[in-house]
Amino acid sequence: MSLASRPPDAVVLARGLTKKFGERTVVCGIDLTIPRGGCFGLLGPNGAGKTTTLRMIIGQSPMSGGTLSVLGLPMPDAVREIHARTGVVPQSDNQDPDFTVVENLRMYARYFGLRPADVAGRIDELLGFLELSDRRDARMRELSGGMKRRLSIARALINDPEFIMLDEPTTGLDPQVRHLIWTRLRQLKASGKTLLLTTHYMDEAERLCDQLVVIDRGRIVTQGSPRGLISEHVEPHVIEVQGEAGSVVPVLGGIPGSRLLTVGETHYCYASELGPVLARLEGAPHLRYTHRTANLEDVFLKLTGHELRE
Amino acid sequence: MAYMNLVLPRPQISALKIWQRNLLVWRKLLGPSMAFSFGEPVIYLLGLGYGLGQFIGEVGGIPYFTFLAAGLLAASAMNVASFEGMFSVFTRMTHQQTYDAILATPLTVDDIVAGEMLWCATKSLLNTLPILVVAFLLGAIENWSALGAIPVFFLVGLCFAGPALVMAALAASYDFFNYYTTLLITPMFIFSGVFYPVATLPAIAQVVVNILPLSHAIALIRPLVAGQPLVDPALHVAVLVAYAAVGYVAASVFIRRRLIR
Repeated sequence: MSLASRPPDAVVLARGLTKKFGERTVVCGIDLTIPRGGCFGLLGPNGAGKTTTLRMIIGQSPMSGGTLSVLGLPMPDAVREIHARTGVVPQSDNQDPDFTVVENLRMYARYFGLRPADVAGRIDELLGFLELSDRRDARMRELSGGMKRRLSIARALINDPEFIMLDEPTTGLDPQVRHLIWTRLRQLKASGKTLLLTTHYMDEAERLCDQLVVIDRGRIVTQGSPRGLISEHVEPHVIEVQGEAGSVVPVLGGIPGSRLLTVGETHYCYASELGPVLARLEGAPHLRYTHRTANLEDVFLKLTGHELRE
Repeated sequence: MAYMNLVLPRPQISALKIWQRNLLVWRKLLGPSMAFSFGEPVIYLLGLGYGLGQFIGEVGGIPYFTFLAAGLLAASAMNVASFEGMFSVFTRMTHQQTYDAILATPLTVDDIVAGEMLWCATKSLLNTLPILVVAFLLGAIENWSALGAIPVFFLVGLCFAGPALVMAALAASYDFFNYYTTLLITPMFIFSGVFYPVATLPAIAQVVVNILPLSHAIALIRPLVAGQPLVDPALHVAVLVAYAAVGYVAASVFIRRRLIR
């Protein structure tokens, strides 16, 4: 890949990105083009290679093969310059436990060569943005998980980055905090920043991402917009029924234009037309069902299978 | 990618941010930090200095109390840097993931290692200085030349920081540090001339002791504290600087291998 053929405004451009740990290949030569602006999702089951890919993009894990440029600069040669313009929200919160909230932000600013006096106003803004203003002098052990995660996001914004990478930003948080974080990420997106996020919450990806790739076993399985992927891979209607296979499969099996998928005791009937499925269900009043539209989780399950990972 | 780990470190001035971070944390945790570095040497000084000193009188023309104080100052500088470089660096590298956070900023592993080495040396100076004051107050020091020992505390810290960082990079848990402490730090403390002159050891033991750095630290600090002329100061400084330089490069290689995977 010569630089001349590089799309002019790709924030991340990876070709043949590969990572080997000894004999084990974790990322198998993937190509990624992350355009400027919007939110790009990296989806996949546990152990798919998401975090390793992210670590390579940020230069914390040397590539075993391939080429990579971030913000138009070569990685790893320009790592300092790339980091100066990038924000990173790590998977696990790693603030300094000996510092207060505001001291953590001040120290992090110093790592970017910013003087605390010059970022005082920015720190106030960020604390307000993430609703931490009343916690500015709290120690880390006094913060809840949701507060720590919000502080991680505030910290990642201290250098006013144009590119923000978030590794599972809402894992383990309660619904209120997740909604707050989603709102803030959408605001960041609206202000022109580029977001790259990994998640295994499909609702999160559907809400936030403009483009996404699904990776599994170190390879890209599919890519596109959430809506595009749903219409490409899954029938529009989904009927979910709980129950033993013996009582459900005779009712919903073999309907033309539909397919039945069983995961444990849950049966998913994917249908292009709703009418024939409802007609069958009318003849089986003992079955309780829910009807919903197809979502990204259906795509994910179809493409990455149903067996447990890890 | 193994070859990548062998390149010489290229730290930048921003390494001082790591040093600054540690100084700010140190200020917050001053009490426990001082109690740890200060308590033990002062107990040795009082217990052995007053107790044994009564029987021993003078060693090589120096009152035993002064002789011992000088040895304990050198040992303190060694211990402070060694423990900071092992336990604290390991904590920042693993449990706190401080370095992971820092590596997302423009700082690099080379900056972290350089900053930590400077910090270990600074902490050796800061935490050994109060022992010098106590030794002075107890009458062990009567010469202004003792002030010349202060930069040596820094140099001794620099010398022991590198190997300690290598240990931190190799450790799977805190227990691993027992090997280094038991096999190197404690023998140096006992055999390198803190409590008695190295010259009293058998010849072969003297060779080993003189290869290790603590005897050279004592050879610089003791005459300064006692107000005697320095013997071969360039040699002793050179040994400590060589340990610091080799330790720095080794620490950079091992910490890089640990953090960049």
